[in-house]
Amino acid sequence: MSDTRPTLGDLALEVRSKNAGPFWVTIELFMRDEAGYAAAADEDLINEDVVARLYDVPADGVQIFRIPSLKVVKISYPRPISQGSLFDRDIHAGQHHVPLAVLVP
Amino acid sequence: MSKSDEAVDEVRILVPSGMLGAGFDVAAIERGLALGAHVIAVDGGSTDSGPYYLGTGTPKTATAAVARDLRILLGAAAKAHIPLIVGSCGTSGTDSGVDWVAKVVENILAEDGLDLTVATIYSEQTAEDLVRHLDAGRVHPLAPMGELRAETLESCTHIVGMMGHEPIVAALQAGADVVLAGRATDTAVAAAYPLMMGMPAGPTWHASKVVECGGQCTTNPRSGSVFATIDRTGFIIESLDESVSCTPHSVAAHMLYETANPFRMREPAGTLDVTDAVYTALDDRRVRVEGSRFEVADQYTVKLEGSRITGFETMSFTAIRDPLILKDIEGWAVFLRQVLTGRVTQTLGLEPADYAFDIRLYGHNAVLGHLDPATTPPREVGVMLLVQAADQATATAVAKVANPLMLHLPAMDMDYLPSLAFATSPAEVERGAAYEFVLNHVVDSDVPTSMFRTSIRKAAAHV
Repeated sequence: MSDTRPTLGDLALEVRSKNAGPFWVTIELFMRDEAGYAAAADEDLINEDVVARLYDVPADGVQIFRIPSLKVVKISYPRPISQGSLFDRDIHAGQHHVPLAVLVP
Repeated sequence: MSKSDEAVDEVRILVPSGMLGAGFDVAAIERGLALGAHVIAVDGGSTDSGPYYLGTGTPKTATAAVARDLRILLGAAAKAHIPLIVGSCGTSGTDSGVDWVAKVVENILAEDGLDLTVATIYSEQTAEDLVRHLDAGRVHPLAPMGELRAETLESCTHIVGMMGHEPIVAALQAGADVVLAGRATDTAVAAAYPLMMGMPAGPTWHASKVVECGGQCTTNPRSGSVFATIDRTGFIIESLDESVSCTPHSVAAHMLYETANPFRMREPAGTLDVTDAVYTALDDRRVRVEGSRFEVADQYTVKLEGSRITGFETMSFTAIRDPLILKDIEGWAVFLRQVLTGRVTQTLGLEPADYAFDIRLYGHNAVLGHLDPATTPPREVGVMLLVQAADQATATAVAKVANPLMLHLPAMDMDYLPSLAFATSPAEVERGAAYEFVLNHVVDSDVPTSMFRTSIRKAAAHV
């Protein structure tokens, strides 16, 4: 079955991820318009449990900030793999936005 | 240059770029001076590139790139008679990083005939001193870390404390024209001069956070030079490239960048709170911000960063294009892991606990691993083998045992040996020591300058 409904990435100006210091990862969805923001800010679509499942991290460490004035949803969680260690494949955590960006509202 | 007893209405800060050595247009600096900059402030470091730089005490940036930027900034500071402040010298702010930048500065001053007083502020900490703080109950973990153990401190090759603005202010008040600081908070570099001149803490720390990454707060992040004007009730932010704008959105959005919490940011002396900040466009390229608050903490704290050696690494890299292997590339990687583990025991007599390795399938799921949402088959895959062991010889021996497998290992259902595409000869690259960050803790410090050491080299005119 092919699904052509737009993803959050399609509805966003930019979806990005980055280290916030060596021990946290932070992800931001900059939504294009009010409708896109409403989709991303929907607590049924993105919540602590969903982030925990997408990133295989404990839900109680996940922080979500919904910022309507900027049409931004920001998500932070403790980095599960120590930065620069043998199993860290993304030193700046700059490519970890993708699992969120492909969510379909 | 100490003017801290004179009352001023506003302080204007020139930030040439988000990182010393990143480069900037000379025209932007000239424009900043023409706008009446009182100080030039630039960050020289970050933990963002990983624990190697702190672990080794070596810089990420090229000497020539840092020298190019410093030559222009020292010339500008001398011409305008304003101070130049560089924070987190040498990427990680180790003593060797401060000395490295100081040497570059010394050479430029001599070559260009500039006579400036240079202060160096050292922020490296000894495990011995910190263990005393730990034993006295003055060291506390930050989330997500747990309680610190003395052995962790003793295992670090380098530990730095992040200074606030106070040691920088002390150096300026002692007459420094140029301040080369070891590890400092990104914001302290820009905040020091306006705080010394009596500007209010809320707007000063907020403006300093906005400018710390240069052009990130503008509509064109590649244009790096920005200018902040701080006054009694707020601050104004603009780009030093006339074709680039700051908008209320671009400025507010910068508070998101590399922060876990976009509204509250801890500094050594307290917490910046921008929850009620109001961003207003003054025209099509300048933004005014009011309503930022700074809450002074009950306890002054200095954050620690430490890095230690985790082992030694050797990397090997081959590539696969044959669809017969790619159709079950994950099965092939499992097979490689299994055969390699057996061969290492057979040949080197090592058990899995004696070493570790990661097999990364670039082109398939190397970056996200099991989190990857995609399921499409790859066209080609680069196979990186990264081996870690207690010493370099063992790591390389394991990679060499893997070499024939990375050349000829077939898919499970093949009855012949394929030859895979090594990227280089030899395939193995010794990476040397590998490091990890192990500290995310703060030390209670009642005197903000007490953990830092300053030395001042006076200009000839003042000797």
